[in-house]
Amino acid sequence: MTWDQVPGHVETHDAFGETTIVVEGSTLVEACEHLRDELGFNFLSDITATDYLGWGEPGVSGYLGTTQGRNLNDPMTQGYQRLPEPKPKRFAMNYHLLALGREDGRCVRVKVWLDDGESIPSVIRVWPTADWHEREAWDMMGIPVEGHPNLTRILMEDDWEGHPLRKDYPIGGEPVRFSDAE
Amino acid sequence: MTITPARAPIYEGSRIPSKVPTILEVPQDLRDSGDLLQVNFGPNHPSTHGVLRLMIDLHGETVVGLHAVIGYLHTGFEKNMEQKTWWKAITYPERIDYVAFQNNELVFVLAIEKLLGIQVPRKATWMRMLLCELNRIHSHLVWLGTSGLELGAISMFWYCFREREQILDLSELVAGTRMHTRYFQAGGLAEDIPRGFYAECRKFVERMPHAVDEYEQLVDRSLIWLERTQGVGLLSAEDALALGQSGPVLRGSGVDWDVRRDQPYLAYDEVDFHVPVYTHGDVYDRYRVHMDEMREATRIVAQCLDRLEQMEGEPWIADDRKVVLPPREELHTSMESLIHHFKIVTEGYRVPEGEVYVTIESPRGETGCYVVSDGGPKPWRVKFRAPSFVALQATATCLRNSLIADMIAIVGSLDTVMGEVDR
Repeated sequence: MTWDQVPGHVETHDAFGETTIVVEGSTLVEACEHLRDELGFNFLSDITATDYLGWGEPGVSGYLGTTQGRNLNDPMTQGYQRLPEPKPKRFAMNYHLLALGREDGRCVRVKVWLDDGESIPSVIRVWPTADWHEREAWDMMGIPVEGHPNLTRILMEDDWEGHPLRKDYPIGGEPVRFSDAE
Repeated sequence: MTITPARAPIYEGSRIPSKVPTILEVPQDLRDSGDLLQVNFGPNHPSTHGVLRLMIDLHGETVVGLHAVIGYLHTGFEKNMEQKTWWKAITYPERIDYVAFQNNELVFVLAIEKLLGIQVPRKATWMRMLLCELNRIHSHLVWLGTSGLELGAISMFWYCFREREQILDLSELVAGTRMHTRYFQAGGLAEDIPRGFYAECRKFVERMPHAVDEYEQLVDRSLIWLERTQGVGLLSAEDALALGQSGPVLRGSGVDWDVRRDQPYLAYDEVDFHVPVYTHGDVYDRYRVHMDEMREATRIVAQCLDRLEQMEGEPWIADDRKVVLPPREELHTSMESLIHHFKIVTEGYRVPEGEVYVTIESPRGETGCYVVSDGGPKPWRVKFRAPSFVALQATATCLRNSLIADMIAIVGSLDTVMGEVDR
């Protein structure tokens, strides 16, 4: 399988038996149409946005390590055995595709790197199932999806501030109603 | 006597609403006529299987507009899992889809194992398969019972929950808890399979096919059941694929796809089972898929039992002391075991850097788990591809121009668990 023909193709990785192709965000729709029509990936399994803020650094929500290494006096902190590979941009959008009905049932992950606030074109007209997945990516990670006809919050309330799955979103930061402090 | 009302053919072309695939917009001429009634359904309605809210525009008794609102059960599982060490995070997936708990636990454990590259003993693999198939029957029974209840077949509920109780008893025998067992660990199983389990499970395997016969006798010749399910909630194969449907919904629409057979995990390539496919794409065919799958799952359980009985005395978990807790009795005599135990419990094990996406066939369809590790003891990102979340996207297509009374049957047939939709 050659992935070079995919429009906007940047690079291809193989790891853990899975193929990841990185494509340009600007030509994502063309890339997806090529994958669907030419290579048979007729099924969009999932869309996941990932936030890599603080990747390999200390002091980020969800991570207790320090760059100085392990502190033996504090049992729940530890450093890495080796620092992870740096990422090109803060956010990644991952599209998990499946060639359903083919003999080998191939899977591929399409990845697009994004900066904070950088928008990504909607793939809703390639796969209608992208509708709620893209709304979830907007709601949870704040990825602006361009061309989505109904980009509103899906899991959080309509007037919610912030995007909860971002790494800089605090845990337990929301105000508690009817508490004694009020 | 066979009662077979004329089956409506699957429609021509596509019924997916064009602008937003999940929202059914009222046509302008109907909106101008003013002869519309907006009905709010849920989020606290007994037949929404949780907290689903549907806002429906009715023209007479026909559904002409639909807007689904979800998120009432959002609990932030994915965010929480980022705060836990890998081995503590295993408890969360079970609670995401609380009906198919064993399958959800499996998908996360398989993702960890894929990153770790750890070899699982064959006894654990077969026991996992056995429990997942029992869990599939459990999930289908809950679906059949509640869906029957909603359509007026109240006795279905009691019969289904009678067999469900047996499965939960088996679960309790193995893991000590009825649901949310946390029995699967990275590397294998938490405990050895208890003595007496095989015999109890055999009793269930012998009982279950007769139970399915009983359910079919109750509803399959009931004219009310047939008329309320046949030709209702149509979804064509092309639309089902475009909407990302999976599991019984996809197979009820005529697409022959099952992750267990087509991308085998565990040891599904070594067991003999049949994948039921029906082509009418209505509520009745989804019901048929569920019934056939219960029989097939029982067959798989029987094959697992045959294999497991030959594995007496084999290890049930990998012997990798960096990942797997040492046996309890060693802690008194071995300093290394004590250190390993302390390290795993306090810090957790480290999982190599990387990202994987693992899919399994859960009772509701393709459950996917995407995990990212930075090489540390906690997941960097966990995302579940919830089949219920995707199934609900088909409500607008399935409900198009159907009657309001059929809505209950249609939403029920998509077999959603709101805990999984909202995560």
